[in-house]
Amino acid sequence: MTSILMQKSQKLDQYEQERLEHTPWVEKYRPRNLDDVASQDHAVKVLKKTMESANLPHMLFYGPPGTGKTSTILALSKQLYGPNLYKSRVLELNASDERGISIVRQKIKNFARLTVSNPSKEDLEKYPCPPYKIIILDEADSMTNDAQAALRRTIENYSNITRFCLICNYVTRIIDPLASRCSKFRFRLLNNENALNRLKYIAEQEHISLDSNQLVLQEVLRISGGDLRKAITFLQSATKLHKSLAAPTEEDGDIQMLDEIPGEAITVESIQEIAGVIPENVILEVVSTIKSKNSKSIITQVNDIISQGFSAQQVLDQLHDKFILDDSLDSATKNKIAKTLFLIDKRLNNGTDEHIQLLDLCLQIAKSL
Amino acid sequence: MSLWVDKYRPKTLDQLSFHDSISQNLRALARSGDFPHLLIYGPSGAGKKTRIYATLNEIFGSQVEKLKIDVKTFVTSSNRKMEFNVLSSAYHLEITPSDMGNNDRVVISDLLKDVASTEQVDFSHQNTSKTKHRFKVVVINEADSLSRDAQAALRRTMEKYSSNIRLILVCNSISNIIPPIKSRTLLVRIPSPSTTAISSILGQVAKKEGIKFSSSNELDIQKYLVTLADTANRNLRKALLSFETVAMQNETIQLDNKTLTIVTLDWEEIIKNMSNTIRINRNVATLASVRVVLYELLAHCIPPRIILKTLMFNLIKNFKDDAVISQLVDLGSVFDERLSLGSKSIFHLEGFVAKSMVVIDSN
Repeated sequence: MTSILMQKSQKLDQYEQERLEHTPWVEKYRPRNLDDVASQDHAVKVLKKTMESANLPHMLFYGPPGTGKTSTILALSKQLYGPNLYKSRVLELNASDERGISIVRQKIKNFARLTVSNPSKEDLEKYPCPPYKIIILDEADSMTNDAQAALRRTIENYSNITRFCLICNYVTRIIDPLASRCSKFRFRLLNNENALNRLKYIAEQEHISLDSNQLVLQEVLRISGGDLRKAITFLQSATKLHKSLAAPTEEDGDIQMLDEIPGEAITVESIQEIAGVIPENVILEVVSTIKSKNSKSIITQVNDIISQGFSAQQVLDQLHDKFILDDSLDSATKNKIAKTLFLIDKRLNNGTDEHIQLLDLCLQIAKSL
Repeated sequence: MSLWVDKYRPKTLDQLSFHDSISQNLRALARSGDFPHLLIYGPSGAGKKTRIYATLNEIFGSQVEKLKIDVKTFVTSSNRKMEFNVLSSAYHLEITPSDMGNNDRVVISDLLKDVASTEQVDFSHQNTSKTKHRFKVVVINEADSLSRDAQAALRRTMEKYSSNIRLILVCNSISNIIPPIKSRTLLVRIPSPSTTAISSILGQVAKKEGIKFSSSNELDIQKYLVTLADTANRNLRKALLSFETVAMQNETIQLDNKTLTIVTLDWEEIIKNMSNTIRINRNVATLASVRVVLYELLAHCIPPRIILKTLMFNLIKNFKDDAVISQLVDLGSVFDERLSLGSKSIFHLEGFVAKSMVVIDSN
């Protein structure tokens, strides 16, 4: 009897283990408490203070993606309520849920006016369990203005038992009356040092072998531009790719084995390919073609880029770096180039044809040089 | 009797002939039994879809080729019922959300949640631990035409249910994909095949089909196939289709330079002629005659943006002066934007024609 039970629990463990392997690292290494949140000292400090007094204002988190906004509020609510109470006290809504005006009127309102459930004794001992619920509205900038307007009164009416936390990338898209009801927290881009430490920690935990350690991680950070989530996903993708490349080709290779194989070291190039970044030599070629000012060769070059499948947006980004940082150009020229870049970027965003726009970009830059 | 394009479509990763390193990576991912969400992009006719199916084949076996079409109904936010076709096999489903127009968000969130909320049970591979698949694959075609709303809806779904589903997004360009999606997927770029790769494939097909050429000189045949590949703009599908058309029309394919048989589509020919008229006769009468042709093209369902693009590239082909080329391209880019923003395309096409006449005249 016991042996069967043992087997069962073993199986369950194995199942859990496998599930864990399938979860993205972004979830796996999401900070569990406020102390783990990297480099948002200001916000974390204030939140910790409020945790001590167990009184939370309504909050509005804003900042670029991948800076830990969602992680912070999730960690905070876990610390406040503990795993048991969490389900009944926290409502998380994001852009993948229907969030029209009807939902605000029904679902949110209903949850907001629920009386606070009573915490069990154990929970009370371990966690602060303040007497209010938290409603997290993730990606709030994608809510319609009407839906936001409908929230105004709801926020005030139930403020004795419910706190709201709005999360968005652009604070300007939140209507003023809503923004003024919340205390705002700005999440800044992660600084390199903290992000690097986090990446190093993950790399250690996952036993990743990196080709010239520092360089690869720095490249990951450079490409992701302060977005830690992006950086971690890149790292995971690269690891997966390299591990499976190095895996034994025989059919009977065990999946357990796979994890123990160190795998081919991850190189700077493979990170670039995964991130969709255009190789430096291609960009340099484009730059030199543009500088030659020969229309025919520009046309063929652009043709080539398009059939290589590179995205025009990415070319635009990288050309921007090249030309704006080029010290040999005077300000007037740079001015013109920047204007061209802006125009083409706007057109691309309007869903135009990449080939025409890219060609126009290159020719116009050549003209203003 | 199927088209050559389908008949000679590679079924497995081993049969794929070009971009070996990409196939290698895909094979490695498939062998490991698990892969991250993929975003596959590249120009059309480069073999994106073929590669996906070959990869799925590698993972799940030939079962994935047994496709069936389900009709699913969705209720939009305004309580309207919508029907939507889903192509599915036991292991994956395939959707083209752009069929749904503005309601693609509902489809994306409903369908994915539906699929993702159940865990895939894999009976056939139960004993071999390596090939145990807990997930279902969802292939989303034309992901670049997904609305911003729908893409935003994808964001969290991708993370939340990632243990039950794997998404494969297919698109031509990643410019229209929002950054959060890009950062959640493994990007796979598939460039167009080189002309030599295309011509060698065409050569193989010709051998298998027993196509007769007027001369048996290998070099001549090679040259002909390369021209075919070039005119198809390195689009393998287009090259194969036009090759098949030529082979159907002629019993033996003439290879002498004068009568080189290559199919050009008639609308391309029309646009080419139009560009010549614009270049030579720049007056109001031409504009009026061009209008008739443009209306005709639009009535035959040639997309206005393709007309503009082809016209522009045909125009600049004939000029040597850098200034003219640069101005023409600039015009093309301006009117391309107006086409995508505006709704009545004939205005913008005519505007482009008139403006380009002015530009050519003033130089």
